[in-house]
Amino acid sequence: MATAPAPARSPARARLASLLQGQGALVALALLVLFGALRYDNFLSAYNVTSFLANNAKFGLIALGMTFVIMTGGIDLSVGAVAALASVVAAMVSEAGLVAGIAVPVLVGVVIGLVNGVLVAWGRLQPFIVTLAMLLAARGLALTVAGNQSVAVDFESGFTALGTTTLLTLAAPIWIFAVAYLLGVLVLGRTPFSRHVLAIGDNEETARLMGLRVERVKLLVYALSGALAGMAGVLLAAQYGAGQPAEGVGWELTAIAAVVVGGTLLTGGLGSVAGTLWGVLLLGLIFNVLNFENGRGVISLSPYWQSIVLGAFLLVVVLLQNRLAARPT
Amino acid sequence: MTATGPLLHMEGISKVFPGVRALEEASLAVGRGQVHAVMGQNGAGKSTLIKILTGAYRRDAGTVTLDGQPVDFHSPQQAQAGGVSTIYQEVNLVAFRSVAENIFLGREPRRLGLIDRRRMHAEARELLERLGVHVDVARPLGALNVALQQMVAIARAISFESKLVVMDEPTSSLDEAEVATLFDVIRQLKAAGVSVIFVSHRLDEVYGICDRVTIMRDGRTVDDRALADVSRLELVARMLGKELAEVRRSGATGFTDATHHAEQRLLEARGLRGAGRRLEHADVQIRAGEIVGLAGLLGSGRTELARAIFGADPVEAGELEVDGRPVRFGSPADAIKAGIGLAPEDRKSEGIVPEMSLRENLTLALLPAISRYGIVDRRRQQEVVDRFIERLDIKTTGPDQKIRELSGGNQQKVLLARWLCLDPRLLLLDEPTRGIDVGAKGEIQALINELADSGLGVLMISSELEELIEGSDRVVVLRDGRTVAELPHEAVSEDAIMEAMAEGPAGDGEEQGGDGQG
Amino acid sequence: MARAEGTAGVGQLRGARLWPGDLHDLGQTYGAAAALLLLILYNAVFTDRFLTTDSVYVNLTQVAPIVIVAMGMTLVIATGGIDLSVGSLMAIAGALAPLIFQQDLPFAVALAFVLPVLATGGFGLFNGVLVTRFGFQPIIATLVLFIAGRGIAQVVTNGELQPFRNPAFQYIGLGRVLGVPFQVLLMLAVFAVVAWAVRTTRFGRQVLAIGGNEAAARLAGVPVNRVKLAVYGISGLLAGIAGLIVIAINSSSDANQVGLNVELAAIAAVAVGGTPLTGGRATVVGTLIGALILQLLRFTLLSHGVPDAVALVVQAVIIVAAVFLQRQRQT
Repeated sequence: MATAPAPARSPARARLASLLQGQGALVALALLVLFGALRYDNFLSAYNVTSFLANNAKFGLIALGMTFVIMTGGIDLSVGAVAALASVVAAMVSEAGLVAGIAVPVLVGVVIGLVNGVLVAWGRLQPFIVTLAMLLAARGLALTVAGNQSVAVDFESGFTALGTTTLLTLAAPIWIFAVAYLLGVLVLGRTPFSRHVLAIGDNEETARLMGLRVERVKLLVYALSGALAGMAGVLLAAQYGAGQPAEGVGWELTAIAAVVVGGTLLTGGLGSVAGTLWGVLLLGLIFNVLNFENGRGVISLSPYWQSIVLGAFLLVVVLLQNRLAARPT
Repeated sequence: MTATGPLLHMEGISKVFPGVRALEEASLAVGRGQVHAVMGQNGAGKSTLIKILTGAYRRDAGTVTLDGQPVDFHSPQQAQAGGVSTIYQEVNLVAFRSVAENIFLGREPRRLGLIDRRRMHAEARELLERLGVHVDVARPLGALNVALQQMVAIARAISFESKLVVMDEPTSSLDEAEVATLFDVIRQLKAAGVSVIFVSHRLDEVYGICDRVTIMRDGRTVDDRALADVSRLELVARMLGKELAEVRRSGATGFTDATHHAEQRLLEARGLRGAGRRLEHADVQIRAGEIVGLAGLLGSGRTELARAIFGADPVEAGELEVDGRPVRFGSPADAIKAGIGLAPEDRKSEGIVPEMSLRENLTLALLPAISRYGIVDRRRQQEVVDRFIERLDIKTTGPDQKIRELSGGNQQKVLLARWLCLDPRLLLLDEPTRGIDVGAKGEIQALINELADSGLGVLMISSELEELIEGSDRVVVLRDGRTVAELPHEAVSEDAIMEAMAEGPAGDGEEQGGDGQG
Repeated sequence: MARAEGTAGVGQLRGARLWPGDLHDLGQTYGAAAALLLLILYNAVFTDRFLTTDSVYVNLTQVAPIVIVAMGMTLVIATGGIDLSVGSLMAIAGALAPLIFQQDLPFAVALAFVLPVLATGGFGLFNGVLVTRFGFQPIIATLVLFIAGRGIAQVVTNGELQPFRNPAFQYIGLGRVLGVPFQVLLMLAVFAVVAWAVRTTRFGRQVLAIGGNEAAARLAGVPVNRVKLAVYGISGLLAGIAGLIVIAINSSSDANQVGLNVELAAIAAVAVGGTPLTGGRATVVGTLIGALILQLLRFTLLSHGVPDAVALVVQAVIIVAAVFLQRQRQT
């Protein structure tokens, strides 16, 4: 067929839409912060801000990995379960110290990611079903290894320092969160690897014809996703003082929501790490705001309303995104 | 190391796909610093041979020797690394990435491990300037029009230090000036000792730039000669497998030269503009019993016009009348009800439902008519299918064979039957003989002729000039989404069409250059 | 032409005759059928009292809601989509029903069947509208209700367990017809209808055409949007029915638990059964077999003392193996 690569919508428009979406998430975030600051006391307090960031660090890491996977046109449904598994492993290894407590779970995450990657890239199986199966397997492994209960961390070995150490009054998880995203933005903006990731998501066949090593790149993004999920599990264990085999349920779906809200195309080819960051913060902030609102005592929203609000929010955001993309520039 | 012997020697190449023998002991020999044409009808095997050379397919048998060494490319990347660069007919670049990124994808200039964007942009700009192209290399590729995208693809191909550059129909989207630029580039390559394989069915161009020609037919190599030694007519005859005298007499296609007796006006489109920028202001009329050819360069809006008429794409402006009454088709279903059918350009992506059988594909549009209370009447379905298999001589193991196993020609017949079984009044055919072997091609052309004879109106989009010339009663030419010429039967000739496609009507004053969209 | 008649076995659809093309599809499911047979044989030999009617009914009862949901999921997946909301929709149906039959209304029980199912059907249409009119990708569209739907159920019940006793209503979960649990018959009925529809109705063929090549289907005049709306609506409807069965069996409605992970189970059943997630082909028989395989697998492992957690891992391996084998057979 003698036609040029014409994606579903013109790339200039899609780029603009993606940009607006990412920036749109930033704008929405800013507005929400403003709203909270004006309406609630202590919203911008050091305590609230730092604990908010520290708690959302794990979701942030997972969403970062998810961004790269989605940019290749894939998906990773296993990350929540991998984080749970990693938290259990971290707890069990924690007595060997902080370094081991980080390295081993992350390694476990990498290995799982590699398995996903091999099945997707060389096995040519659909990412959805592969990572769905891995979700079950990781969950099963986590529960088995942990004996169906949470596993306490070793409090003597210095592992919990990860949750408590502060540098310039910011806890370690916040630094990890920040550094990860800084690296992510750098990688996405400036490395050949990121160009290849995006080209593959854009049109895999063409990328192959242009000589890219599609399989290798895919393997790497799934391994990266696994590694970040592993790290998220480490934070989970450090912050809660125990490895939780039953945690992480639904984390992958909120990560996907954050990625989509942030402007990355679900079909791949265009993405924004910064956008994902705003998406993560935005989604997390909704819960934060709801808590404050409950605290005021005027309305009392049961926690169940949170999911409704979150769902509605996702709905509105994607609706707006699609509207934006449809309007001619 | 002395350079003797041909640069490239492919010998005894065979390749079989399920249900079809694509290549049978084909061969190709390209000399050093030579521009070598490969010609043949669609389905002759040129594409397959090229894809084997460039690593996209694996050969079943035969040898490939490049620069004295036997090679076996498993992937396009290997071919590239081995010194073979390719420019494909479909612009094989990625739309969201920028022009510069596309040119350097896979070998980005780096500094400290990170992309050296400034250098990449500078080098990209320089490469494109050599081709007379001035664009903002930071823009996404997909924002450019098709011709410019093709130039970017060319820039990429020649920026590798290759021994051999393969060009597969590289001029299908280029205007005269761009073709001239490409030829300059080819001469530069030649002077530098690089060989070029030029796959094309444009005789003028082949004679304009190539030294030798290899002719393929039905999966075999039937000739390998210097172009100086073979006349155009003879070349065409060899491609078709006909005797020279016969070609002279009855033409190169399955169409006869007789015009049709056109009657009442079936459809009139005025000033159609479609969503997106490819269709700007197009007019066309089609009468019952006539074949209107629609010509234009790649990206000129032909397909978009057909789709807009059919209701497959929204119409932003303009009028459409059927039988003199204004209509607005909101979807293909509406157009179908009005007795119109559209056979799309790309069978694979828009025509066949690959997992379904021939029977189901053929009757897909007929389902509402052969269903009672929502249940498909199998007997009626079978009857229709049997009738059309016979009438169109569709070669298949049975109506339940999966359509993807059929050859291109037979698939196209099934797709045509999809419309014919609805008894339409107007058929919009987008490249009806593309990717089809010679035999089936002639059959389909003859069928289209027959249909027009029996009173159907036909709009035929084609990029094969002989098809347009021999088949159409009139030819409408599009350029940049506008109707620029309408040639009555007497005025239809290769020169007239090409001139209209490339330059538009005299005194148009429109400069082609820069990129399309804002 | 289709007459209600006994249970459907492999390759045998109620009343519908086999056409040559169907044999190919059957070939796909032979592998799965063989696997199921092996599982049955293994259990027959090594598990105590497996072949008793009690044990068979227990298994079928457990799998019935999943099969019903998976039937709808098969249709959605056949169009190239996916429905993540089914579990949440089950919870919604389960939350609404007790509220209705506990009222003092005429026909309260009948309404308690109809209204929740209509509601979930409506939610299904909502999914469909997002996909067809607003250009949402199916995964995102149904993600909305996946997140919000359970919340809706929880808000309606305030997250509290609602125990009840209503024999008329609970017939759907506890009743028996000639000894066979009612929901098993319901499951088989749904299976038969969906299988028949896919094979012989215009709607069914259009579903497959859309999944096989949506652009081609549209150009051929298939009412793509209407058909897609319908499949999502049907998926919602069936999820509602499944939700009612579950609460009827448990004699209580727990919005936190009903339908949990059912979407995963349904998708897994579809995949193992041989329907590709990309759409265009659907083997309804395969989905039934896939669901039975996964159910029996769990049962086998549990009966032999394998912890549930390990069973999860085994399930994962089976799913990957099944999908891998299908790919091999394709190429």
